[in-house]
Amino acid sequence: MATTYEKIATTTLGSATANITFSSTAGTYTDLVLVLVPKYVSTTATKLTINSDTTTNYSATWLYGDGSTAGSFRLSNVSPVIINYFNNTSAQSSMNIVNFQNYSNTTTYKTFISQNNNAGAGTDAGVFLWRNTNAITSIKLEPGTGNYDTGTIATIYGILKA
Amino acid sequence: MATYTLISSNVLSSSAASVTFSAIPATYTDLALRVSVRRSASGRQDLLLAVNGSTSDGSNTWLQGSGAAATSGTSSGQYVRINNIVPSTAETASTFGSAEFYLPNYTVATNKPIGSFGVGENNATTAYIGAVASLYSQTTTISSLVLSLAAGSFDTGSSFYLYGISNA
Repeated sequence: MATTYEKIATTTLGSATANITFSSTAGTYTDLVLVLVPKYVSTTATKLTINSDTTTNYSATWLYGDGSTAGSFRLSNVSPVIINYFNNTSAQSSMNIVNFQNYSNTTTYKTFISQNNNAGAGTDAGVFLWRNTNAITSIKLEPGTGNYDTGTIATIYGILKA
Repeated sequence: MATYTLISSNVLSSSAASVTFSAIPATYTDLALRVSVRRSASGRQDLLLAVNGSTSDGSNTWLQGSGAAATSGTSSGQYVRINNIVPSTAETASTFGSAEFYLPNYTVATNKPIGSFGVGENNATTAYIGAVASLYSQTTTISSLVLSLAAGSFDTGSSFYLYGISNA
């Protein structure tokens, strides 16, 4: 039986680093799953860029809860797109899972969804749009300010339909 | 090594107050725990997860929808917890709540963030959906997971599947 959930690449930072880029997302799979457990040098969130596209082709909508308030927020025509609604402090532990469905088709704009969890700040679910029909071939992650700290772990998995 | 591997499962043939996964091997990167659960008595319940048996090292920030309102809150010094998503005998028959807990880097010596998502749809006036950001505030490797309800027992047919995910 074919393996349907495969690691494509993983990074564990041994020193503070400005960004993490996965450039090996060839169209072998049907979907991608990105698991990020970040550590930040300063209080910030993660920005995401697809295929090095720095034009304002991204938009986002979040549903969030901060422990007292539930709400929704959106951004349009931005670049890059922030995937966390909540900032992390350098002391907080958090995790992000981002799902890219049908990422290698060349006929649709690409939608991706995330769940981001930081018990010290809040939880959010986000949906994102990249207004481009190209297949996703690279994903760049970077803190909004500063670096990712030592111990940050990012892994990208591929899911096969066949 | 396969990337996404079933470690253990349990489908209840009789009601049980708790379900335990113990001696979890430390050979994976992440754990994913997927459950389908119902209470064997009346009264919708919260789903609780005790990591390494601890009932006091979990903190939670949750986002919840009831079909009428969205709310958010926190809890600390307790279980990892998803509120209200376990249907009971007072809800529509044969309906089970579904939930997933994702535990990344469960062997790394840091406090452990845990993400969870659960639903308790039952075709009635009120049903709950919840997303929870949790933290298990211990640096020890996670080697056991115990699931229970805030009150009562899991019903027959409740199922529990623990997967290991490897990035090796």
